[in-house]
Amino acid sequence: MLNVELHTNLNNPEMLPTRDGYGEGLTAAAGENNDIVALGADISSSTRVNWFSEKFPDRFISIGIAEQNQMGIAAGMALMGKIPFVTNYGVFLSGRAWDQIRTTVCYSNLNVKLGGAHGGISVGPDGATHQALEEIAIMRCLPNMTVLVPADSIETRKATMAAASIHGPVYIRFGREKIPVITDEGTPYKIGRAYCCREGKDVAIIACGSMVYESLAAAKKLGEMGISAAVINNHTVKPIDEASIVEAAKKTGAVVTVEEHQVMGGMGSAVLEVLAQKCPVPVKMVGVMDRFGQSGEPDILMKEYGLCSDDIVSAVKEVLQMKDAQG
Amino acid sequence: MYRGLNEFQLKEKSNELRSAILEMLCEAGSGHSGGSLSSIDILNVLYNNVLRHDPKNPSWSERDRFILSKGHVCPALYAVLADCGYFDKKELLTLRKFGSMLQGHPDMHKTPGIEVSSGSLGQGLSVSVGIALAAKINGDKIRTYCLTGDGEMQEGQIWEALMAAGHYKLDNLCGIVDKNELQIDGEVKDVMDIDPLTDKIKAFKWNTIEINGNDVIQIEKAFREAAEYKGKPTMIIARTIKGKGVSFMENVCGWHGVAPNKEQLKSALAELNTGRREKDQC
Repeated sequence: MLNVELHTNLNNPEMLPTRDGYGEGLTAAAGENNDIVALGADISSSTRVNWFSEKFPDRFISIGIAEQNQMGIAAGMALMGKIPFVTNYGVFLSGRAWDQIRTTVCYSNLNVKLGGAHGGISVGPDGATHQALEEIAIMRCLPNMTVLVPADSIETRKATMAAASIHGPVYIRFGREKIPVITDEGTPYKIGRAYCCREGKDVAIIACGSMVYESLAAAKKLGEMGISAAVINNHTVKPIDEASIVEAAKKTGAVVTVEEHQVMGGMGSAVLEVLAQKCPVPVKMVGVMDRFGQSGEPDILMKEYGLCSDDIVSAVKEVLQMKDAQG
Repeated sequence: MYRGLNEFQLKEKSNELRSAILEMLCEAGSGHSGGSLSSIDILNVLYNNVLRHDPKNPSWSERDRFILSKGHVCPALYAVLADCGYFDKKELLTLRKFGSMLQGHPDMHKTPGIEVSSGSLGQGLSVSVGIALAAKINGDKIRTYCLTGDGEMQEGQIWEALMAAGHYKLDNLCGIVDKNELQIDGEVKDVMDIDPLTDKIKAFKWNTIEINGNDVIQIEKAFREAAEYKGKPTMIIARTIKGKGVSFMENVCGWHGVAPNKEQLKSALAELNTGRREKDQC
């Protein structure tokens, strides 16, 4: 357990987009492994795949605007021993090519890595069509798939490199906007192992992606109110860390899940699938409530869709009332 | 493995394989008869006289790759793979049954010799493009073959793959369209016309060869021409007869996804002039 204050300057954090971490991780992994190739879909610079193509032009394959073909070609290259990274906006990557991912990649258990950019509502002005809010749900239901939602740019780099080092399909979700950097090189990262970044005894806030920072900020506010909240960075949505989730629920007796994604089927649902069967406790879910997004500045949207630290504080208060009512 | 069968032997082999297909479909009680019979001559020539492959070592890295994009005609592929020795012919009669290595649509992890799982139409050509591209990057001398159906050409992804293969000048890739003119709802031209198919594929920067896809000599010649053609991928547009070889199945679209019953099997085997097999059935 690392001291969260060492890794979280909540008042004045360094801000970096997680897509930068993806570009760095992809390039670093490719430097170590010649089998890594990247397939572009006309959006190389906004997904940071151009960092790869500038360094490894012979291993970059331009596919154009054709998500299904991009996925199929990646599958073919994986059959030949390559480790293809398919990068695209998360909405189109997961949705447009879902059947290709299901039948050709996951059923065959091919070593294809999916980099899902522009995750979450914080994509902002582009509006609902480009704000990926369902991809965790539709990726995690696929057998053989691993789903990673790293919390900041540094963790995204680690996740990308870790994805390259394991066999099988992996979906990595990252975002467009700058978000606080809350981990450092020394913060433990292991696929499948949730990381407790703040201890607490009254409630466990289980979050992923950009919402880990918001959860830490909420926990700090709660602390000032005399409520001790644990914060767990549940960066691996699948395979989910059952042991850590059950342990946190047992210790605190109340859970709040937090994600920048539809609450239906997302990380929170995955947590609830564990808790309902192994350790039922009062739960509140923070996330997008069965709505499409819209245009707007990211901070305004996060507020409108109930994804700020104050929303987490409210959810914690509600879940503690439920816990008290249960006695 | 290279058998180098002559015309007579290839025709005999096609007959044998047709019998095996019908027997396994009858035993399974379901499956796709029409397309299996229209495409079997292509697979027969490919596996016996064209592909570099080793049934004793299915993962041999220098093998040519064959991708069955129209996965539903896997009975044809299973018959050929068993005949080549990838697995025991007795397995054929387990088709579509619980626990079988022969799934209703191809599963690469269950069946030796299957390169990739398929069954959702329109995806195999992209996979083949990926294999051919990787082979070019690696400097591997392998060739990649992909069989699609004509109804399957209605899938948009096929045209994305055609565009990419033409763009990357993948002359190590050879596609074959099993153009039997029928699909489940009726004639391809009525359901959704794909013609003029050859002109369209040409426009996507492919070399094209039109043949009678049930004529073993034309098939073999087309594969040789494709292998020699440089600078573009080749698509063999193989005009075939759905249900070929069994008169009551030929050109009847109702036989797309139906297996013969025992009576129909008996009569089909008789037609295929395989007296020995017919006796075995009785």
